Amino acid sequence: MSWVLLIEQTLNGLQFGVMLFLMAAGLTLIFGVMGLINLVHGSLYMIGAFAAAVVAAASGSFLLALAASLAAAAVAGILVEVTVIRKLYDRDHLDQVLATFALILIFSEGTRWVFGSFPLFLDPPDYLSGTVFLPFGIEYSRYRLSLIVIGLAVAAGLFWMIAKTRIGIRIRAGENDREMIGALGVDITLLYTLVFALGAALAGFAGALIGAIQSVQVGMGEPVLILAFVVVVIGGIGSIKGALIGAILVGLTDTLGSFLLPKLFSLILAPSAATSVGSSLASMSIYVLMAGVLLVRPKGLFGGA
Amino acid sequence: MKKETTLNAGLMLLLLAIPVAAWFMDEPFLVTLTTRAVVFAIAGVGLNFALGFGGLVSFGHAVFFGLGGYAMGILAHHAQTYTPLMEWPFVIDGSNSMLVIWPVAIVISALAALAIGALSLRTTGVYFIMITLAFGQMFFYFMISWSAYGGEDGLSIYVRNGFPGLNTMDPFQFFVICYVLLALVLFAVHRAAHSSFGLMLRAARQNEDRVQAVGQIPYRLYLIAFMVSGAITGLAGALFADLNRFVSPTMLSWHTSGEIMIFVILGGVGRVFGPVAGAALFILLEHSLGGLSEYWHVYLGAILLGVVLFARGGLFGLLAGLEVAHD
Repeated sequence: MSWVLLIEQTLNGLQFGVMLFLMAAGLTLIFGVMGLINLVHGSLYMIGAFAAAVVAAASGSFLLALAASLAAAAVAGILVEVTVIRKLYDRDHLDQVLATFALILIFSEGTRWVFGSFPLFLDPPDYLSGTVFLPFGIEYSRYRLSLIVIGLAVAAGLFWMIAKTRIGIRIRAGENDREMIGALGVDITLLYTLVFALGAALAGFAGALIGAIQSVQVGMGEPVLILAFVVVVIGGIGSIKGALIGAILVGLTDTLGSFLLPKLFSLILAPSAATSVGSSLASMSIYVLMAGVLLVRPKGLFGGA
Repeated sequence: MKKETTLNAGLMLLLLAIPVAAWFMDEPFLVTLTTRAVVFAIAGVGLNFALGFGGLVSFGHAVFFGLGGYAMGILAHHAQTYTPLMEWPFVIDGSNSMLVIWPVAIVISALAALAIGALSLRTTGVYFIMITLAFGQMFFYFMISWSAYGGEDGLSIYVRNGFPGLNTMDPFQFFVICYVLLALVLFAVHRAAHSSFGLMLRAARQNEDRVQAVGQIPYRLYLIAFMVSGAITGLAGALFADLNRFVSPTMLSWHTSGEIMIFVILGGVGRVFGPVAGAALFILLEHSLGGLSEYWHVYLGAILLGVVLFARGGLFGLLAGLEVAHD
């Protein structure tokens, strides 16, 4: 096992984690402020990716495609919030899960109806393709490195927004006491729509960024959605800091697990058995991580209340 | 309450009448379709035991459905290839008898439910929903990467497993087996719901502190409910696998968990017969909407959304009033 490979895999894990953060941040905010379990988040991720793929194919510009993903997901988010989600805030979690599951069915099949079952393609722009040379002779994909930088920049922006701006203060106040900030004259309906749109835009943005390294297809959002939920639960519901740390933990565990576990088992088992046992265990590793965290801290790492 | 009893009886008669009529008209497809509804109903009744009576919103019941399916698949696979399931420390052979497969499916699902429940029940609310979902995904990915039993492609079983004295390959006889099992499960759940355990469980859902104050341990009540629930769903999984003569990781996917939940909600949460109505309605929708358009999930989604937003008691709530659902 070479160190270069290990560092590359670590970077891959970091990249995956940072993208998961974009999804998880919205989920955790939506849960923290509105108390809503939002399964539609995966569909918004898919919508962002499809919007980006369509705009990129029409205009040839990756930046326009990213803008389109933000806009399309935010608009879809607002639409869904105003028509359906708003009615769910006072309901129990079961109703929320089912209603948003119903929305997933509608969005997924609707997209399949419009675009068909074949994947669309979205390529990273020329200026981000190829590889870069990092210190110690490590060669790494320029696009993936950009994803890490973009993700961390978005995370920093989000932290700044939550900590320093008026809207951030309102969001934090909403997490602490919904009724009180309503009573203090904050337009809570508007705040909820804004938070939902923000979460949607982040999810759509992540969809477009990931769409350029994977294929853009119906159902792409679901595995990510579930991982994002794992992140939120590990980090503690409502905590942005928890979401960041949880996302990076999950990203690293997943990537390094599938890289290291087969190698680890090859020390004690025959190569073919080691690969199959190792990869089975690797695919389960994040859920083991989550179960472990919840055993020690049933409210997640940074879950307060 | 009286109205609900009439409804229950009507529902069970209808489920019996359709295949009998279809059998006389020589429409085996209709018999199979009803069998599907009956098997889904068993799965729903299982989930309802945890969800409706205990208030445990499990988003991972596909685990038990899939484990039941794989219990059947693995046993029958070894029986059809004449290979032992295990040679060490003692030899265990496969089996193609339903009387062996069912208890295995039930015990394995119950044990899985014990393990998952013991961990998950430490959490509540959203955390519980998410951790059960995560356990579901864990089993799903495990079965996908476990290539010895087909991995992603699943396992095909060529001949439906046997039941003494019956020809299970005959759709009607297989239907009768499933129908009788559904009736037995419904009877058992009805009895359990009205036993002191069932009353305590429902009390715990409404007010944990008071239940604790009278000397019961809510965690233990929930865990037992979760195990019973998993065991019933596991039995349904074994039947479903036998119905299709095929198991695949799809049975473990979170969509399956969602669908089992849909049976419960469409019918009416917390009613013993609710999931039966829900599963029947689901099959009816699947069949009629599936004929309308390839993209019938859009309509299913819209209907489900309508039920959640506007008809909270499900079918039973509409037809028999809400008094039981909001006890």
